[in-house]
Amino acid sequence: MHSNFKNSHKFSFKIIILLTLFTALGSCVSSTKYYWGEYENILYTQSKDPGKSTPEIQIEKMQADIQKAASKNQPLPPGFYAHLGSQYLEIGKAQEARQYFTAEKRAFPESTMLMDRFLKKIK
Amino acid sequence: MIFSNFKKVTLLTTFNFFLGTTFFLLLGCATPKNYDKFRAANPKSILVLPPKNQSTDVRGTYSFLSTVTMPIAEKGFYVFPVSVVDQMMKENGLPSANEMHEVSLKKIKEIINPDAVLYINLEQYGTKFVVIQSQTTVVASGKLVSTASGQVLWEGRIEKVVASSNGGGGLGGLLVSAMVSQAINSSVDYAHDVSIIASQELFMTEGQGLVNGPYKTVSTK
Repeated sequence: MHSNFKNSHKFSFKIIILLTLFTALGSCVSSTKYYWGEYENILYTQSKDPGKSTPEIQIEKMQADIQKAASKNQPLPPGFYAHLGSQYLEIGKAQEARQYFTAEKRAFPESTMLMDRFLKKIK
Repeated sequence: MIFSNFKKVTLLTTFNFFLGTTFFLLLGCATPKNYDKFRAANPKSILVLPPKNQSTDVRGTYSFLSTVTMPIAEKGFYVFPVSVVDQMMKENGLPSANEMHEVSLKKIKEIINPDAVLYINLEQYGTKFVVIQSQTTVVASGKLVSTASGQVLWEGRIEKVVASSNGGGGLGGLLVSAMVSQAINSSVDYAHDVSIIASQELFMTEGQGLVNGPYKTVSTK
């Protein structure tokens, strides 16, 4: 009992130090510019468990993200529209694929060469 | 002068391990890298190739790859869609990260046109179990190379070790919880969570990570 009390003291000391540490790190990093939603989770799940991350499931989650981003008035991150476009392409929906590859290009002109490559393939 | 340094060092070593870590991290914030080449090249877009994986866990490559877009994009760069590019390369006869890392900068520039390519090497990835606690380690190093000049613009390395031990409950309780956490961890891929932290620290730590890119809005602090 006595030693347990001692241990918990040590433990709370560590927590205080950890909190200090997080505050210190927190001052190095600021809040996010983009609405991230499910994008990175999707990237992870599709490699780990492809059955749970079919194009249909991904499209549904990403469409929900588009709504949420709009309601928060935050832009979607680089690669988001391109990834969504490629999911539509995978299930043969060329029109939607074209729409989102174009959206990527419009939001981020740096992607122009790659997006044009995909757009050309659709035609 | 030498003496006063010596004093500082011995003082530090007598401190608790956690305090030492705190000081180390603060120092990490305080002594910045040389960013002259990075600033001069002024890259706007970054292509991140799937990391080479030196660990024994095959999940490492795509687990770590899924964590890099956020920190790099939040630093203000355009990040090419990592999975779309990966798939395109596979369809073009490059089955794994090792082959993708061998593609010439010229060819990458011709096809995708990024200002810089980020090569990541995943040195360690996974969880070890030591009787009553588990230890998850992710070690990764990154190298950012300009596609225009071939110059290395930035290099960084991160070592992240997270130990999970369980306070209280007596020895029996500890053993049971260790067995439970082993069972959970081996299916849950705890190293993925550690990768998210590792990735953010690698790219976003002020003075150590990337410099701010063109999409970075003025600080919200």
